[in-house]
Amino acid sequence: MSNRVLVSTRKGLFFVERRGSNWEIVHSMFLGDNVTLSLADPRNETLYAAMNLGHFGVKLRRSRDDGRSFEDVAAPAYPEGETISTGDGKPDQPASTRLIWSLAAGGSDQPGRLWAGTLPGGLFRSDDHGSSWTLMRGLWEQPGRKDWFGGGYDAPGIHSICVDPRDSRTLRVAISCGGVWITRDDGDSWTLSADGMYADYMPTELRGNPNIQDPHCMVQCRDAPECLWVQHHNGVFRSSDGAATWTDVPKVIPSAFGFAVAVHPRDPDCAWFVPAVKDEFRYPVDARLVVSRTRDGGKSFTVLDHGLPQAASYDLIYRHGLAVDASGARLVMGSTTGGLWISEDQGDSWQALAARLPPIHAVCFR
Amino acid sequence: MARLTIAATLARWVPGSEGTRVMDVSSATLRGALEQLFTESPMLRPYVLDDQGALRHHLAIFIDGVAVRDKARLEQALSAHSEIFLAQSLSGG
Repeated sequence: MSNRVLVSTRKGLFFVERRGSNWEIVHSMFLGDNVTLSLADPRNETLYAAMNLGHFGVKLRRSRDDGRSFEDVAAPAYPEGETISTGDGKPDQPASTRLIWSLAAGGSDQPGRLWAGTLPGGLFRSDDHGSSWTLMRGLWEQPGRKDWFGGGYDAPGIHSICVDPRDSRTLRVAISCGGVWITRDDGDSWTLSADGMYADYMPTELRGNPNIQDPHCMVQCRDAPECLWVQHHNGVFRSSDGAATWTDVPKVIPSAFGFAVAVHPRDPDCAWFVPAVKDEFRYPVDARLVVSRTRDGGKSFTVLDHGLPQAASYDLIYRHGLAVDASGARLVMGSTTGGLWISEDQGDSWQALAARLPPIHAVCFR
Repeated sequence: MARLTIAATLARWVPGSEGTRVMDVSSATLRGALEQLFTESPMLRPYVLDDQGALRHHLAIFIDGVAVRDKARLEQALSAHSEIFLAQSLSGG
């Protein structure tokens, strides 16, 4: 079980660790600066921190000494002349990196391989531990890309990257709002794979169009990779055929709306969600923060609230704000209002970190 | 008559409104259809149009499933059977 957590926040990167039976902040980096995402590469223990410094742009930093120091590495950059076109009528704009919205390590057979998903919709690959990046043109040049659009942002973005544990050349990525896409050749060629998802909030003609779906977050079961879960703007969807088709999971309680999802690494039927009031309100139902867990593939859900605030809680758990460790026993959850909770029993009970953190963008175990 | 559908997330700004709102419109242009909407629900005008009379940046209008790209003029022609859909992006967390 993992005893170490990275917490990416609006004002710094926090290292939280288990000391005795408590979890504590043991280290911090970049205090005051906006750390939007971090990655602990399980192959070599290298850490990466993605930052958005506002006026100074998007940065990527790398640590090879367990977070004691970080060095600047290249951030993914769009080639000159590329354009963002969106399907919601916004005017075309020059493409430039606005946010590193997802980071994933390649397979153990691909040392140095990293993937980065960005706003405005480009996927990048590095084969030198993030020192340089290449835009994956096979996806970027899909004609359907110009029908994608932003959900909460002006432009579409790739927020979820699942590297297939059986074959590192196979990736599945989820895009807000551009559906789910699969490559089986290291990112060269791509297939749209969101059949079965639907978007009731769109015009009738577009509701079932796989290319405009708004998955908020997608996860893949490590030991049963044919099984994937998506928390979508419209609800929860599950695939048991490697994302070829998706099935609605309507029974999530107390709400099917949310951003985050985590799946047990060994048990594809066990997944966690953090429901909120849809879609424009985005706070816990009845101002009670709860986690909703299924252990039967979505047939039924249990509301977990022990240790979570049950009154006047306006904590939203954003898409990268929930994570499960490699054992499947421990969960960590961080909110946009700076709450951090850890569970050591699959969500049955939660321990709050004794801190008032900045708004939390992302959490991960390492 | 053409039909104008206002997504629930926008319609909620009309007092007493709940859920998606649908109305028939008889105008020959999109702007005319919006004016019909504003006649009925004047409080929606500043939610749909900016201070220059253009469609707000984060609002989208689809006519028969195709997004309107010229957000300033809004003079797109409507047919008697046009389906107009007015929606907004939802941002933030």
